[in-house]
Amino acid sequence: MRGNKSMKRVYVNEAWCLGCHLCEYNCAFANSGLPDMVLALKDQPIFPRIHIEGDERITYAVSCRHCEDPICVKSCIAGAITKNRGVVRIDPEKCVGCFTCVLVCPYGALTPNEQGVMQKCELCLQNASGEPACVKGCPNRAIVYEEREAAV
Amino acid sequence: MKNYVIIGNGVAAAGCIEGIRSIDRDGRITVISEENHAVYCRPLISYYLEGKTDLRHMQYRSADFYEQNACQVLYGRKAARILPETKEVELTDRSRIPYDCLTVASGSAPFVPHFEGLETVREKYSFMTLDDALKLEQSLTKDTRVLIVGAGLIGLKCAEGILRRVKSVAVCDLADRVLSSILDQECAAMMQKHLEAQGMIFYLGDSVSRFEPGTAHMQSGRNVEFDVLVLAVGVRANAALLLGCGGEVNRGIIVDDQMQTSLPGIYAAGDCAEGPDLLTGGNRVLAILPNAYMQGFTAGINMAGGNARFDRGIPMNSIGFFGLHAMTAGVYDGEVYAEKTDRSLKRLFVKDGFLRGFILIGCDERAGIYTSLIREQTPLSEVNFELLKKGATTAAFSAKTRRKKFGGMV
Repeated sequence: MRGNKSMKRVYVNEAWCLGCHLCEYNCAFANSGLPDMVLALKDQPIFPRIHIEGDERITYAVSCRHCEDPICVKSCIAGAITKNRGVVRIDPEKCVGCFTCVLVCPYGALTPNEQGVMQKCELCLQNASGEPACVKGCPNRAIVYEEREAAV
Repeated sequence: MKNYVIIGNGVAAAGCIEGIRSIDRDGRITVISEENHAVYCRPLISYYLEGKTDLRHMQYRSADFYEQNACQVLYGRKAARILPETKEVELTDRSRIPYDCLTVASGSAPFVPHFEGLETVREKYSFMTLDDALKLEQSLTKDTRVLIVGAGLIGLKCAEGILRRVKSVAVCDLADRVLSSILDQECAAMMQKHLEAQGMIFYLGDSVSRFEPGTAHMQSGRNVEFDVLVLAVGVRANAALLLGCGGEVNRGIIVDDQMQTSLPGIYAAGDCAEGPDLLTGGNRVLAILPNAYMQGFTAGINMAGGNARFDRGIPMNSIGFFGLHAMTAGVYDGEVYAEKTDRSLKRLFVKDGFLRGFILIGCDERAGIYTSLIREQTPLSEVNFELLKKGATTAAFSAKTRRKKFGGMV
């Protein structure tokens, strides 16, 4: 419910973000399912679920907001996106890569993976990292994982 | 205990069920489902034919959806009329179902214009339902020559779905371009070229004047030979039930932003409904899946005594063919900012200081940021539009707005 304490989410402090892109690499590795970072990422295009945006003055990392009322869930033509216990997830077996979620997400938080199946931050709750790898690896602690009040 | 009845069992109905249950766990829900299928993802029928999904994965909800939501589904039954005086729905088998609140989510049906000789064509199909797709599939072999009448969203998705399974696919349309409802000349030409490179054949600006078994005689004088015909000319809202009981109907069933029809206790949602259109201020049938769900959900909440509004309906489509995606939204009026490369086209339509619409082909990264500017009617004076012309990015918002967007729960 709005106004209540929410689930933990990933937040970024723009002032501290160095724009180093390490979060993208840590994300891609955590979601690769591979035991070794070099094996997972070296000389390969990466498909992270968090990305750095900004301009020459400011940078910040963007990932899924796990919205209270997620328009991607309501818009998915494949019924592939669901929200359960505060976490918005995509079922890759159901996704057909129509990009409707890209068309509606106001944050630009969804991107296709190598196979054209959509993916997004699922908070590393179901991969080997167990907690958001972007947060764990952020050298300037610009990305945090915490509970916050509703946006006003 | 309230008695809810839903006519239809598509995505709008699923939204309606979830809307009701977000408020009322106890009321009785009866779903009248003409199709003998649990709610499935209708736009996925072409993906099914293409082998990109299967019958199990194209289910819209889990197998226990109706059980979980305590719904009784009457499969293979059809509503014949609504009796508002006695608050009943009469089915074609003459049985009557009483309701306290009713939502009509009856969808749309293919519109087939008169063609001379159409009755002589044995293998002809529409492409709206799962059963249509299954029947079409049965008729196809690797030697089949398919003619599709209609180069709109339905016709072209059908063409994509079957192209690799048959000998040839030809598509004709009276319009002079493909996807004429959402693409302008140049964008359509790019998509057509891409589709032709995949092997599709087009006869545009031309239509069938007469069918004979195996041959379509075109108005241009050309004869097109075919084995299987798919009719994808257009769709019409299934609004007859409301019309039959005195409800207000235009191109669809007229509803307000609460999905209330002109008759008390009766709501409508999805492709059959003509709801508020944010951009024109009038009413419009916006027959797209996201609106179907959101309208259904809104109707469900209001049926159950809640207070929900859906007034953010805009036309929008994300449609890809063989890896090339076209994304469109809003209306194409005002000044246009255009960009073009070999493999991409971009159109941003600006009027009175607001983004009103866009067409993006091959450059759809983070397009939802554009869509949200249209839907939220954000004044462009509040964003860095020069940056947005280059690409959709939240960097175009002020730091303060961005903090609000990303800083708290949303």
